[in-house]
Order: sequence, then C-alpha cells, then structure tokens
Amino acid sequence: MKILIKGGKVVDPAAKFEGVTDVLVADGRIAEVKANIKDPDALVIDARGKIVVPGLIDIHTHLREPGHEEEETIASGTKAAAHGGVTSIFCMPNTHPPLDNAPAVEFVLLKAQKEGHVNVFPIGCITKNSAGEELAEIGVLKKAGVIAVSDDGSPVMNSQVMRRALQYTKMFNLPVISHCEDKNLTKGGAMNDGHTSMVLGLRGIPKQAEEIMVSRDIMLAELTGGHLHIAHVSTAGSVELIRQAKARKTNVTAETCPHYFSLTDEEVKNYGTNTKMNPPLRSAEDIEAIKIGLADGTIDCICTDHAPHTEEEKNKEYDLAPFGIIGLETMLGITITELIEKKVLTWAQAVEKLAVNPARIFGLAGRGTLKPGSIADITIIDPEREYSFSEKDFVSKSKNSPFIGRKLKGFPETTIVGGRIAWPLKE
Amino acid sequence: MTLQRKDLLGLEHLDAKEIETILNTVPPFKSLFTRSIKKVPTLRGKTVVNLFYEPSTRTRTSFEIASKRLSADVVNISVASSSVVKGESLIDTGKTLEAMKADIIIIRHGLAGAPAVLARNLHASIINAGDGFHEHPSQGLLDLYTIREKKKRLKGLKVLLVGDILHSRVAKSNIWGLTKLGAEVRVSGPPTLIPSRITDLGVKVFYNLDEALKDVDVVNILRIQLERQQENLFPSVHEYIELYQVTANRLRAAKPDVMIMHPGPMNRGIEISSEVADGPNAVIYEQVTNGIAVRMAILYLLSGKKKAI
Amino acid sequence: MEKYTEKKIVMSKDEISQAIKRLAREIADKNEGGKDLAIVGVQTRGVFIAKRIIDELKNAGGYKGGEIPLGVIDITLYRDDVSSMETPPQVKETDIPFDLTGKKIVLVDDVLYTGRSIRAALDELMDFGRPENIQLAVLVDRGLRELPIEPNFTGKKMDTSKRELISVELEEVDGADRVVLMGEE
Repeated sequence: MKILIKGGKVVDPAAKFEGVTDVLVADGRIAEVKANIKDPDALVIDARGKIVVPGLIDIHTHLREPGHEEEETIASGTKAAAHGGVTSIFCMPNTHPPLDNAPAVEFVLLKAQKEGHVNVFPIGCITKNSAGEELAEIGVLKKAGVIAVSDDGSPVMNSQVMRRALQYTKMFNLPVISHCEDKNLTKGGAMNDGHTSMVLGLRGIPKQAEEIMVSRDIMLAELTGGHLHIAHVSTAGSVELIRQAKARKTNVTAETCPHYFSLTDEEVKNYGTNTKMNPPLRSAEDIEAIKIGLADGTIDCICTDHAPHTEEEKNKEYDLAPFGIIGLETMLGITITELIEKKVLTWAQAVEKLAVNPARIFGLAGRGTLKPGSIADITIIDPEREYSFSEKDFVSKSKNSPFIGRKLKGFPETTIVGGRIAWPLKE
Repeated sequence: MTLQRKDLLGLEHLDAKEIETILNTVPPFKSLFTRSIKKVPTLRGKTVVNLFYEPSTRTRTSFEIASKRLSADVVNISVASSSVVKGESLIDTGKTLEAMKADIIIIRHGLAGAPAVLARNLHASIINAGDGFHEHPSQGLLDLYTIREKKKRLKGLKVLLVGDILHSRVAKSNIWGLTKLGAEVRVSGPPTLIPSRITDLGVKVFYNLDEALKDVDVVNILRIQLERQQENLFPSVHEYIELYQVTANRLRAAKPDVMIMHPGPMNRGIEISSEVADGPNAVIYEQVTNGIAVRMAILYLLSGKKKAI
Repeated sequence: MEKYTEKKIVMSKDEISQAIKRLAREIADKNEGGKDLAIVGVQTRGVFIAKRIIDELKNAGGYKGGEIPLGVIDITLYRDDVSSMETPPQVKETDIPFDLTGKKIVLVDDVLYTGRSIRAALDELMDFGRPENIQLAVLVDRGLRELPIEPNFTGKKMDTSKRELISVELEEVDGADRVVLMGEE
C-alpha cells in the first residue's frame, strides 16, 4: 500500500531537515521526501497544519504478558502505544516467567508479530530471575532478539555482579539499563522523602537512594568500559552526576519520563495511588533540573515506564498499592505541553529525545528518521489540538494515570508502523 | 456554628474556626456526666461501627461510651477475630458495613491514609481513630480542649511535646491544632525520632529536654515504643530515660503551674516518672473524661443529613 | 429558604408586659401561691420569659413561697429531627440546679406551635428526676398542633397558617419587646 502525506511540517533532525513538504511511503519504507509529490495510487493523508515526525520510540514499558494479562497484554499495550503515536516499544523482562531465557523472549516476539499493533523490542534480564546474583545467559538472550538487558523493578545491589554485567555485555554491544535504587535506604518507603511525606505520615524514599546507585554504576561503567544506561532519572543530583560523567566521556546514557518533568510529590496529598511509582515524584527543584538536563543533552531519551495495574490492585491503602502508572497515551501530550510549549525544547530536540536518540543508542537501524530508504514508522501530530483524557478514553487495559483530566496540547492523530496505519484503527 | 464535613480524617485541613466550633460544642456533653442519667436520645437508632485494625482499649472504649451516651447502637470489630484475617480488602470490609447501613465508621488502622480510602468510597461518615503515622484527630482535639479548659486560652501558650515525634500521630494532630489556634509549639527528642522537616509546621526543635522545658506551660509526654530500639533509633531504654524522662526535678525549669499530659497508656518509669504521673500537675485522667465528651461532640457534629461523597 | 417580611405587630411592649403579669398571677393562683414550685425556661427566649415570671411572682401580692428555683434547658439533643438536618444546630446550656423530685415544674417557652419542642423538653425533664407535675406556660399559642399537647397558661392565643412565622423579640436578646407576625414575601 502506498501512502502520501501531503503538506505537513516534517521535523527530521537525524536528516538535518525541518520544513513543509510531502512524504511518500511505499512497501513499508519511506520512498520520497520532497515538495508536491504526485502519486494517483497512494492513499492521501492531508497533513496541512500538522507536524510529521519519525515514529516515536518508547524505550521503557511493561507489557505484563506473560503472567499478568489482566493488567495489559502485548495486544492491548501495543494498541495503547499506537493511540499515543508510539511506533516502537521496548518491553521490560519482569514478566512471569521473566525474560531470562530464550523461549520466553521468542514468545514475546511471536505474540508481537501475531497481535502487536506496533514494533516490540524485548529487553532481557541482567541476572537470572532478576535476583541480582548470577548473570543471565546474555549471549543466548541476544541471539533470541533482546536489544538491551535490565533487571528493572530491582537494582543489582551487589556491585561485583553489576561490574561483571557491564564487562560481559561489551562483547554484544548491549546496553545495561540500570534501575538505580539502594534498597536498604528505600525499605518501607512509599513516596519521596520530604515535607509531604512527613505531613501524610508515609515513610519516605530519599533522593540519595537513587543518587548513590547512579554514582556507583557510573564508576563501574568507568571501571569496565561497558555501556551504562540510567533508567527513569528523577532527581537533580542524578542529572548532575550524569552530566559530569559525560564530560569525562564515560559510556553512559540516560532517560527520564514525563511525570518527572511535570508532577511534584505534592500530588500525593489525598493518598491517591495514581501518584505512586518508583522512583517517586520529586520536588520542583528536581523538575527544573531534569528540564535543564533534557535541554543540554545530559538526558538522552524520554520514555514512559508504562506500568499498568488494575483498579483492584491500586484502590487500596497507599502503602499496600503497587508502584506504577501507565504512560503510553500521554507521553506526547505532556512532552508538547510541558517542554515544547514552554520553550524548554524545540520540536527538533523533542524528536531527538523521543525517536532519534533511542534508535541510535540501541542500534535500531533504519528508524528514528524519515530519510528515504528508512522504515516507514511515522507519527503525524496535530500540534494545536487541546484535549484531556477521562478514564474511559484510555485504550490500555489499565487506567492508572495521574494525568486523568489534565489539559494537554498536541495530539497524535495518525500512527504509521512499517508503512501501514496503526492508528486510527480500521473499524 | 456548624461543621460542613462528612468525615473527620485529621486536623491538617480544618481551619481555626472549625476547630473552635468543635471545642465549643463540647461543654453540653461534658455536663451530662454529672447527671444520674448520662444519656441523651440524639443519635437513637444510628449505627456506629468501631473498626479497629490495631488493638486499643482506651480509644475504642471511649468512642463506644460516647456513642452509647448518645443512644446510638455500637458494633465493635477488632481485626484478629474477623473476616479481614481471611484476606478481605479494606474497601470490601467498608462496603459490607455500608450494606449493613452503618451510619458512622470509626477506624483505627496501621497504615496512613486508610480512613481516606473509606471516606472516598463510602457514604457513611468516617472518623479517623489513628492511621499509621499520620493523624489521631480526636486525641488532638481532646488535648486542645483539656488545655483550653484549664489554662483558659491557647494563644501564646508554650506547649512542649516530648518523645517519639517521628512515629506519633498524636503529635502530628496536636501540632496542627495548637499552631492553628496560636500556641507556641516545641518538640523534644533525639534527632532520630524527630522528622527533619517538622520545622515546616512552625514548631521549634530541642534535642536537649532541659532547654525545651524552660518556662513551658504544658508538657504532653508521648509514649516511647520499646521496639524502636531494635531499629537503631535509640541505643537503649536506660539512655532514653537518662536523656528524656520527665521528672519532677526537671520540671522545675518549667512554669510552676505547668500542666502534664499523656495520651496513654503510660510506660511508668520510662518516659514519665511515677512521681510526675501521680503528681498534682498531671491531668492525665481528665484527658480521659474529656475524651468522651469530645468524641460525643464529634459524633453529634457529623450526624447531620448525609452529604454526597 | 423562603424569605419572610413583617406583616403585623401582634403584641406590643405593653401587651407583652401585661401578659407576663397575668401569667404569673395565674400560676400563683393555681399553685398555692408558689409552694414547691420551680420554673424551667426553654432556651433561648423561654429562659428570659421564665426570669420575668419569677420576678413578677415575687413582686405580686399573694406570694408565699421563698426563692423560686430557675432551671434552663436546651432541647436540641432530644429533638426528633436532628439527623434530617443539613447541619446539627448549636447546643446551648442545660442547667437544673435543684432536685426535680416532688416539685411542681412550670415549663416556660415563647411560642407553642407543633408541640414537638415541648415533647422533647418533657422527655429531657423526666431524665432528671420525677416531678410532682409539669405545667406549661407560653407567651404565644399559634395553633397548628401536631401532637396532643396543650398549655396550662397562655399569654395570647391566635390562629396562624403554616406559611406564616411568629417572631418573639425580647429586649434582653433583640433590643426591644414585640411579637411580630411574618409572612412570605
């Protein structure tokens, strides 16, 4: 099928291009990018007034299949991704059973092929069962198709094990995605340690619990030369540590999530559990530092840490509710409203965080750009449309979002994956 | 003079006027206690449930007597002997009670925010009888009432809270109430037992008890939980007594008519000496009496037509 | 809430004064001049009327008793309609500083209407003890009873409708003495 996207403003920083032009898609690839393309066989999409960008790549999601299909499945999660303008997602290995063996990875890839609405790239475990003790069969996992390893959900507490992981993965060019948390400092904690946790009587999670492990992991990356990628950066201190490490040319990259540049821990005021995630919402100073870190390139990627949980699981006492919020469908809206509209990032810089850098850092050839020849993963955005989501507007199986009812600007109207339209759905 | 609320979850969100409304509602109820018939029919036919996830004799008994003196029907549920042990969630327990048409649910729970979960899911009025380290509003109110009754004012009064402030919901409610009504609040204890951000609430921190006691009008002594020693929050009971036990000798630094309070139950000889507990300045048993009157006032003020959730 | 406006003054300051004098005389006559008598006023304005009746009893001729005890009761906690109200009303003082048992109690209120307040007052008095009898004195009886309760001593009897309001104003509380009939705007 051919698709002709006419008159949109193309923002393709990887190709060093930004301007109003036409894009022709054929056989799953970008065929042409130039003005006034004519092709009578193509399906025409009128993109006048819209922004056309390389398909967004969310490098941190939890798909819950296998094991917790009541929260989300590969089918429903990828559908939510398409709704959010995301054309590729990385899924974390903390499923049940976990992705620490080849058959489990192959299952995810096959299911994604059969039922997925967007591209799915699995992440394998660093250690067996993410227990932090013995390395998983990383070579086997790479062969099965993982594009990185992580024990996300847990840190690798034992420094020697983390060191070996960073060393071992060098031969596969696999990034080690680290969930930085000192579990002894966070024991019993439910939200950021600060004024609000004191007032609410909840045990706090101090910022230092993240920063201590960021610092340790950076030192281990420097010791081994392995590629360290810091997951879900949430504090000003972490941003500064990464900035200094990059200045020293350490092989470290980093990501953050929309809630860490839009919500503070004051959101928790009524014990609403859609404010509970790990790492937790922090303070206004941390939001500022993260925005600066995005603008100056310290933080490379924006992702969601999409973590679906059912209503029954979340509708509980704050201490007992599981950590995690969904994010696939609001990532773009929050990014546009909080970063582009507020002039923290330009459109080109935002596309770098959402598509270019993810593709580059994790070696996704042919993605993150609209250069002719590249894979036709495209997101078409209405930059002016204002909207807000109620619970029933979410396509994800779970509705645990702190952004319900929040006014957003910038809507992903059309999502094209491999040259076919993934959103809107064909009814 | 009204309290426009469905629930009483804490003192943090009440303004000074609301707190004063509650305190001013207390006297007619206290005056009942000297009659031979200590009962009025005001809540006749109403069902009050005491839902206690943590053991408690005094608070539960106090709410029970308060409800019964208002002629309400009282049901006591204590967790060890109920379906909660079978794994029933808090919300399901609450909805079951609501299906039985409970009008008021008084809940004590080990986790902060548990009363809030019930308040937003049920039509019944919810009274927080203590939730984790968050608040214990009826205790805060009875402490405020006791101070105001004896000292005739709260504004400008120097009030000291001593002990494990970090884990104390009584301390938090006291701090909210006292600061809103203009008292000067001090806290004293070891740094490991005082939240670092407590000064945000307008209180002064003293690690040295003798300094803290200088010129003070009221001392409210909090119970020290001996298990905290296992968490390395203080080295030993002996050391705690050395540094923080309130004794008659130490109290010489305070005003001569200093009032001594304790929410109970007391660890005699640990946070409070027997001499002080039994001495003329202690109002500990008056707190208990006032507790019933204050709880009657709370039940009365929440008994109006049910408002929407 | 309907808005009411003043329609008519139904008792002037003088008329109130005369009525209270007459009530005091009738009470004395019916009660052996005041032996074993106690007066209990219903909060709020019933209390002031009760005080005035006691003054009249002492000053009028034919009074034989000593000090007449005064009690005050607030009936809010005994009302039958507290839980259907949006916000529970303020509870004022109740003080019966004498033993009711064996006494003749004259209950005093400003306006008698449905009779429910008096029913609550009777229940409350009974919780204090066992009086020899309870009699009722009211300044205004406006009719429209919903319970079988009748006053023993009445200042002024009048017919009113449910859409009207009788407002008793007293100098002690409102600055001047008058009874006003109010109607809907």
